[in-house]
Amino acid sequence: MAEQDKSAPAGEAGTTKHEWDGIQELDTPLPRWWLWTFYATIVFAIGYCVAYPAIPLASRATAGVLHWTSHGQLAADQAKAEAGRAAFRQTIADSTIDRIPPDSDLMRAAVEGGRAAFKVNCVQCHGTGASGRKGYPNLTDDDWLWGGDIRTVRQTLEHGIRQPDDKQTRMSQMPAFGRDGILTADQIQDVVSYVRFISHQDHASVPAKRGAALFANNCAACHGVAGTGNRQIGAPNLTDAIWLYGGDRDTITQTVTNARYGVMPAWGKKLDKASLNMLAAYVHSLGGGE
Amino acid sequence: MMSGLEARRGGLYARRPDIFPKAVDGFFRRLKWAIMAATLAVYYVTPWLRWNRGPYAPHQAVLVDLAHRRFYFFSIEIWPHEFYYVAGLLIMAGVGLFLVTSTVGRAWCGYACPQTVWTDLFLHIERFVEGDRNAQLKLKRGPWSLDKIARKLVKHAFWLMIALATGGAWIFYFADAPTLAHQFVVGNAAAVAYSTVGILTATTYVLAGWMREQVCNYMCPWPRIQGAMLDERSLIVTYKDWRGEPRSHGIKKEGEFGDCVDCLACVQVCPAGIDIRNGSQLECITCALCIDACDQVMDKLGRPRGLIDYATLEDCEAEAAGEPPVPVLRTLLRSRTLLYFGLWAAVGCAMAFTLGERTRLDLSVAHERNPLWTRLSNGDLRNAYTINVRNMEERPRTVTLTIAGLPSAAMWDSLANEKKAAPALSFTVGPDQVEKRRIYVRAPAIGPDHYRLTLTAQDRESSTAARTVRFERPEDHQ
Repeated sequence: MAEQDKSAPAGEAGTTKHEWDGIQELDTPLPRWWLWTFYATIVFAIGYCVAYPAIPLASRATAGVLHWTSHGQLAADQAKAEAGRAAFRQTIADSTIDRIPPDSDLMRAAVEGGRAAFKVNCVQCHGTGASGRKGYPNLTDDDWLWGGDIRTVRQTLEHGIRQPDDKQTRMSQMPAFGRDGILTADQIQDVVSYVRFISHQDHASVPAKRGAALFANNCAACHGVAGTGNRQIGAPNLTDAIWLYGGDRDTITQTVTNARYGVMPAWGKKLDKASLNMLAAYVHSLGGGE
Repeated sequence: MMSGLEARRGGLYARRPDIFPKAVDGFFRRLKWAIMAATLAVYYVTPWLRWNRGPYAPHQAVLVDLAHRRFYFFSIEIWPHEFYYVAGLLIMAGVGLFLVTSTVGRAWCGYACPQTVWTDLFLHIERFVEGDRNAQLKLKRGPWSLDKIARKLVKHAFWLMIALATGGAWIFYFADAPTLAHQFVVGNAAAVAYSTVGILTATTYVLAGWMREQVCNYMCPWPRIQGAMLDERSLIVTYKDWRGEPRSHGIKKEGEFGDCVDCLACVQVCPAGIDIRNGSQLECITCALCIDACDQVMDKLGRPRGLIDYATLEDCEAEAAGEPPVPVLRTLLRSRTLLYFGLWAAVGCAMAFTLGERTRLDLSVAHERNPLWTRLSNGDLRNAYTINVRNMEERPRTVTLTIAGLPSAAMWDSLANEKKAAPALSFTVGPDQVEKRRIYVRAPAIGPDHYRLTLTAQDRESSTAARTVRFERPEDHQ
């Protein structure tokens, strides 16, 4: 065993001979196993550089004998995730839309899938929150031009709105009352006053009364006697608080004068059945679903 | 400070000097046996304790269920969001280590540290197979013979078996022990179980069999922190040089020499390979085996015990000067130890209190931000919220969600529709699960009171969890 002379200083040969204010620096040797461990890490590093992409060259790094890439890893992980979703996707594709909401697990999967599909296909017009903007309906509210139950939403999605190429598309056309000379500018102002009256907004009462008769003759056929609209032909409810283009005087005047002709693609041509079902489920889950 | 390391000079690297600690008996050796038995028993037995938690939760008393993100400890169940309890335990362990060190020195290192316990066990096996110190020295110097090979093989086989058992016991903390034990034996266990056992077997074998005191000297930060932790009132193992010096080397002449006969018994039993007579050293783990060894020699010589003894520096100085020893209470009760104890107890009490007060039903509510609100056709406003109801009990619970603070409000969830709107919503949350739902709240939001609502989740036994959130409306954002 090592025996030490206690009176000896920390050892002449055992210090670096450096001294600061009487404090000497010991020169203790490293343990030899530490050295071997260090060599082992070098060997490991060489092995790693051979196996994996490591040495940067002019255009790209060396590939490594395992041909591992982060892109490849991502693709493999995505394929695995896709395979995990495949069963749900297939079930959703094979189900008629009515059968999805009662199955809460299937509905959850459909809603989540629809959320993803919505971000790719629908946000450009309807917005990321599905709350729409002028001319593009808010899908989160309870006002539906063509109907808001899940089957109807699915139908609208698949066949679109005013797509002449699709036989089952939603089709209707409002007359341009001003541009086509059906009503005069004064008459249009009276109709606008009446529309603002039935939608509980500020209006002049005398023109509104004149407008009532004009409305009954020109508008009630589509928008209904009370102005509550007709979903068969996509005629909006004029009595509620929701306006697709705007409920102010100028906008209503514009609408009556030139009419509106909103369109939506027939997604049945572009998306598969599972995506259509998932999108319908998602839109139906946004709060306004009937 | 002197150490055995400095003797091995010559070159930048030094091989580890052989250390063959001699067996010794005595009070501290027996204390170490008892603590070794207790700590090893706790380690190996704990995963096999059962605890009935009903049909929906595992029945293992101590279980770290990583797959389902739960930690079970007897009647306590910790969810990931309650991980601060584990942080609290770690803080207590840290402060507790300070407390122990400032009062009884490196007692952790000497008795309870796994490195010490397993090294001690491995040393015992080595002595069992190869004989005590002298036999080991002889075996090492002797040529390779059948006997030497056989002894080495048997020793390493024993070591590997203990290492395997050590690594093997670890995995049972992470899965149902009886099931995993069966799977492990028949080869059905997860690959991670085998690799964990393999790694821990290797580390146990290498650290306790080969590395031993080098783990403490080179790898562990704790001995380095000792410099800051120990003071003149900390208990250390010390050689009373005023009594021992000068050493007599066996010459029996009273008066001229001290009590130390330079028999080297203290050096021969030291598992760290140091000479305690050189003073307090980094390598000393205060295992106190040198005290046992020296006391035996003093007994034989008829001299008082305690030439090497547990003592504080203050005690040593008092004893050397012939003054009465410092009272134990004065040594123990000082500002440092009281502060450590106060901190330690405060964290412990705070944890025990919150553990007793915590609710096992939790509600979190996140307001939908896109859109913030939706105007409905009748002019009402609608807000959407994503709620998480955590049922942290091991049974399914029916939870009723109610609204307060928003007159005429009604709600429904995204799986239903507005026709189902009602002031309350009931659903079942699975045992030990989180139910996530998107809910819609509709209200005629006009007037000053319509900007805030309180959602309350309540189960049949009246456990409640409530959150107050904003009800957004256009007029607040103009």
